[in-house]
Parts: sequence; C-alpha cells; structure tokens
Amino acid sequence: MPKATASVQTLLDNERLLTLLRNMLVQRAVDTRGFQLNRQGKIAIAMGSEGHEAVQAGTGLAFQRGKDLLYPYYRNTGLILACGFPLADVFRSQFARATDRTGGRNIINHITARDLGIASLSSIIASQCTHAVGAAYAVKLRKEPDRAVFCQFGDGATSEGEWHEAVNFAAVARLPVIFLCENNRWAISTPQAKQMVVEDVASRAHGYGIPGTVVDGFDPVAVYEAVAAARERAVSGDGPTIVEAKCYRFLSHTTDDDDRTYRSREEVERQRELDPVPRFARKLIDAETIDEAGVEQMRREIATLVNATTDEIETEPGPSADTLYGNVYAGSHEPWCVWETEAL
Amino acid sequence: MAVATSGTTTMNNVEAVRHTLYEALKADDRTLILGEDVGARGNVFLITKGFIEEFGPERIIDTPLAEASIAGVAIGMAMEGLRPIAEIQFADFIYPAFNQIVGEAAKTRYRSNGDYTCPLVIRTPYGGGIRGALSHSVSIEALFYHVPGLKIVAPSFPADMKGLLNAAIDDPDPVLFLEHKKTYRLVKGEVPQGHYTIPIGKADVKREGDRLTVVSYGFYIHQALEAAAQLAGEGMDVEVIDLRSIRPMDRTTILASVRKTRKLLIIHEDNKFGGIGAEISAMVVEDAFFDLDAPIRRLCGPDVPAMGYALSLEEAFMIPVPRMAEAMREMVNF
Repeated sequence: MPKATASVQTLLDNERLLTLLRNMLVQRAVDTRGFQLNRQGKIAIAMGSEGHEAVQAGTGLAFQRGKDLLYPYYRNTGLILACGFPLADVFRSQFARATDRTGGRNIINHITARDLGIASLSSIIASQCTHAVGAAYAVKLRKEPDRAVFCQFGDGATSEGEWHEAVNFAAVARLPVIFLCENNRWAISTPQAKQMVVEDVASRAHGYGIPGTVVDGFDPVAVYEAVAAARERAVSGDGPTIVEAKCYRFLSHTTDDDDRTYRSREEVERQRELDPVPRFARKLIDAETIDEAGVEQMRREIATLVNATTDEIETEPGPSADTLYGNVYAGSHEPWCVWETEAL
Repeated sequence: MAVATSGTTTMNNVEAVRHTLYEALKADDRTLILGEDVGARGNVFLITKGFIEEFGPERIIDTPLAEASIAGVAIGMAMEGLRPIAEIQFADFIYPAFNQIVGEAAKTRYRSNGDYTCPLVIRTPYGGGIRGALSHSVSIEALFYHVPGLKIVAPSFPADMKGLLNAAIDDPDPVLFLEHKKTYRLVKGEVPQGHYTIPIGKADVKREGDRLTVVSYGFYIHQALEAAAQLAGEGMDVEVIDLRSIRPMDRTTILASVRKTRKLLIIHEDNKFGGIGAEISAMVVEDAFFDLDAPIRRLCGPDVPAMGYALSLEEAFMIPVPRMAEAMREMVNF
C-alpha cells in the first residue's frame, strides 16, 4: 500500500501530530483517574488501556467523524474519545450515573453513541465483529460513499469462531470494513502463544483472501498510515483488511485482576521502556513540533480537565430503580399480554 | 395459489410465508433476506424460489454456511437501519446463533437504553413428524422464551402466518418466527388479500366450547382440533385455543377461557420439563386457582433429547389424535 502511505505523510502536519499526542495523554490520564476512583471505592471497576494509546490515537485520526462507523470493544477508551465521544460521558459510564448514555446499565467502557456512529457493545468477545459486518453491508447496499466501518478487537478475540465468521463474510461480500486487532499479547492471563501458533494475527488474512498488515502499535503515525490505507481500500470498494497493531497491556486486565499471578515484572518493565506516550512526546520534542514545557502544559491542562470532570460527575445522581423496566421492548414490558377485554 | 372466494386466496403455509415475504420485499427496499440456500436454490422448502432473480443477490443473500454470522450480520444490518429477515435453515441449526440471538439481539435496545434497536426477524422451520430425526425435528421455543427482549411467534394456519409475519417484519424488536415444517404443505386455508397484521401476543380461539380449555400451537393445534371435533360428536364441547404467540403470551384469552370451562389441558410437541406448558400452568394456578375444577394437565413430548429416525421411534415421540382425544375425555369426565 505505498500510495496511501505517501499521501498520508504529507497530511500529517503539526496540528495532527499534536492531536495524536493530546489524545494519547488524555487516554493515559483517564486510565489513571479510573484506577484511582476504583481504589477510592468510588467506582465498582476500572478497565485500563495503558499501552494502547498509540493504536487508538492513530486509529482515531483515521476515523472520519460524521461518516465512519465504529464497532468498538471494551478497551477502547482512547479511541472513542478520539472519535468524538465526550469526556464527561466516559465518566458518566464509569460512575454509572443516570445521565450515562446507557442509563447506568452497561458496565464501564460499554458505551453507546448512535449520533456519533459508535455502536453499543456487550462483553461477549468478538460478538461485535459480525455486527460491524452487517453495518458494512448496509453501507454497501445503500451505496453510501466514503464511509467505512471500524471493527476493533483484541488478540484473544481472534480465537472465537464468530471472529472467523465475520472476517470471512466480509471478505466474500467485499465489504468496507477495517478489522483492527489491538494485539496486546495477553487475553487476561492467557498469552498469545496459547491462543495461536502463528506469530501474526494478520497472517490469517491470506486464508480469507484479503490483505493483512502488521504495524508497530507503539507508533501512532504508523498506525494511522496503516488504518488510513485500509480505509482507502474499504471505501474504494476493494473490501476488508486486517490491521494488526502490536502493543502491550501495561496494567492488569481490570482492577479485579492481578497480573502478578501470571506474568513476570521483568516482562512488564521491558515493555514499559517502550511506553508509547513518553516516546511519542520525545519524538515531537526532538522534531521541534512542541517543546518540553508545551508537553507539560498539555499534561497539566488534561489533568485539570479530567479531575474537574470527575468531580462534577461524582455529584450526579444514579438512575432511579424504576428505570430497570424501560427499553426492554418498544413500549411497555409485559411477558404476559393483557388485552383491554380482560375481565378480572 | 388458487383464487377462491372474493377477497381471499387459498394457500398452504409455504405459500402464505412466500407470499408475505414477497410483498414485504416489494413494499420496502430496506427489507432483505439472508440465510443458507435462500438464493439460487430458493430455500430448501422453495419458499424464496425466484426471489433472487427479481430482487437481486444484494437483497436475497446466500450467506456462508455459518449460523452465528447469519444472526450477527443481520443484527448489524438492523442496528444500521435495514429490516433484515434472517433464515436459519432448520431450527436445529440455531444453536451456533444462540449467543447472537440471546446475548446480543435481545439486549441491544436494553443495554443501549434505546439508543440502538434491533428490528430483526429470524424465521426457522421447526418440529417433527417428517422423519427428520435428531437434527431436523426439534422444537426450540422453550430455549428462547425465557429471554426478555425477544418475541416468539409460532402460527400454524396460513392466514395467521401472513398476519403474524407482517407484524414481525413491522415490529421494532427482534422476533423469532417459528414455522412448523409438517404443516408447510399439509395445512391449507383461506388467506385475506392485501396487507394486514395480527398483533403479536394475541391467541385465537379456534373452536369454542365450555367443558374444557385446550391450549396448543404448531402442528398439534390441528391434531387437537381434530380430537375436539371427535369429542363434539360425543356431546362434549371443548374450547381450543391456538396460542400463535409464545412470548409475549395472551393472558387474557387463556384466563377467560379457563374461568369459563374450569379445566385446562395444555398440549405441545416440545418436551414437558420446563416447556411452554409449565409457564401457562403456573400463570393459571397463580391467577385462577379457585376457578379450576380439575388439576391442570400437560400432554407433551417425552423427556428425551429428540425423536429418533426410525418410524417407530418417531411415532413413539409424537402424540396421535386418539391420545389427545382420550386426554380430553378424561379431563371432561374428571
């Protein structure tokens, strides 16, 4: 895909590079705050995405707001923010407030934003992949130009039969989908070697007759280029692509997990040395896109914004108990139909 | 399809489903059909024969042979504004799609608090008596009727097929549409012309009587009516209710009938334990216990995994008309 790469490089002006950096810093700050809130007993669980910042900032930059559709998975905090999801709504989800877009129903990170093209999701791994394919089918059937569907998942998801079914269906129907694997090497406690024999998830693309790309998931520009190229292919009618971004999960799976029980500190520390957030900041400083003081100011502004947001959301009320019964079906929920004629 | 009396057409159940699907595809270009062998083959029962030529392969989709993706892709289509009608070739093959139907379709509206909806119809032929053996004969309704967020209908008369299939297609929520395959060509009836719907959740009193209420659905509703006709000849008028909808279920019609006849017999092909009859009898005991003059009785499939292939094993599973008639007599005479 050299054509797309060449055009992309000219597009990455300073403004976009700083957007990437800012989104990565926001994602890190939201993760940090989430873990703090959980340790303070203010939210029931937190689910960090540290190590995924470059993947999600790069993908978010390739996502065309108002056009594209996103079928996220549960570790996509940075990506949904980069696609326009409001910061306050991330914390409304974490605090499960009445104002949460799911009304406090769905667990943290399981958001919904139809107005932004961001789909509702469950926790059932890979089950969103066929939905993304169905959405892409609708896009193609309606001949909607310049619209692609982003389907996100982790490495563990590729073990699911439904993942295979989704990719195969999209390949056969040549649908405008980008299958983006955020390969962080661990499915909770199970390492990649126990999920698959192959080194690269993307190598499976050959079996579906579609292209597969492996990209450094610690480099947001490289991710952007790969995803933008896959998007170009999708909207040109050439069908789906698997993009595999190699990253790492720095934190435990969630605040309810303890990764010390299954992986060495040395492994985590080795990966920490490659941390994409300071690395990308350093790269921009070296290129004189921003200076150290500028990065520090950006970091402080984000921290202030995040803290002010959580302080505010914390005071909002939770959903009232009677909302439990709403939106089971359109109209009222009654397993037994009671017709007006009933004589009691 | 022969035009009979004015305003109706005589059809069997295959023709009624086919006719309704055809009209839906004509009326709304958001509507499409996806499933295994629905295109060139025209579905294994020829329900969609010729559709692919008329509506094109984009709307009559021969999918890869993978049921989870048939349901999952249809859900994605529904979430993005299409009106998919998915087909699972035989109900027995629906298990790989269970996650998508129960975990996803049924919960889309709820988990997004109405932000996303899933207006989806999943049609599937079910039921036995056709030498289908373990994997072409099962009843699946009890596996799904526990699930809030789903609707389940199982009509078995051509006019009901049309009215309820139209209602299912119009419905803003996912509907599992069960077609008893033994009735496909066996059952004929008059079908009103033009577009109409029958409300999901409304049962139909197919025969009025005052000595006993029989609730059934599927192929057995036809057998139950035959048995009830025999009893009428013996001077016993039995009321026969065709449930038509399994979830939501028609509380009003069942309770009104039981309060009149004071006895209830439930007949279904699916096995008894945890079946549809268990919920009906629980509801009647909760709400009409003091109106009952006899214990409720359930006449159901035996608690074995499925009916066998050998004719003797299939016959041992199915309930013939004389057994239904005998159960009705015993109840009337209780």
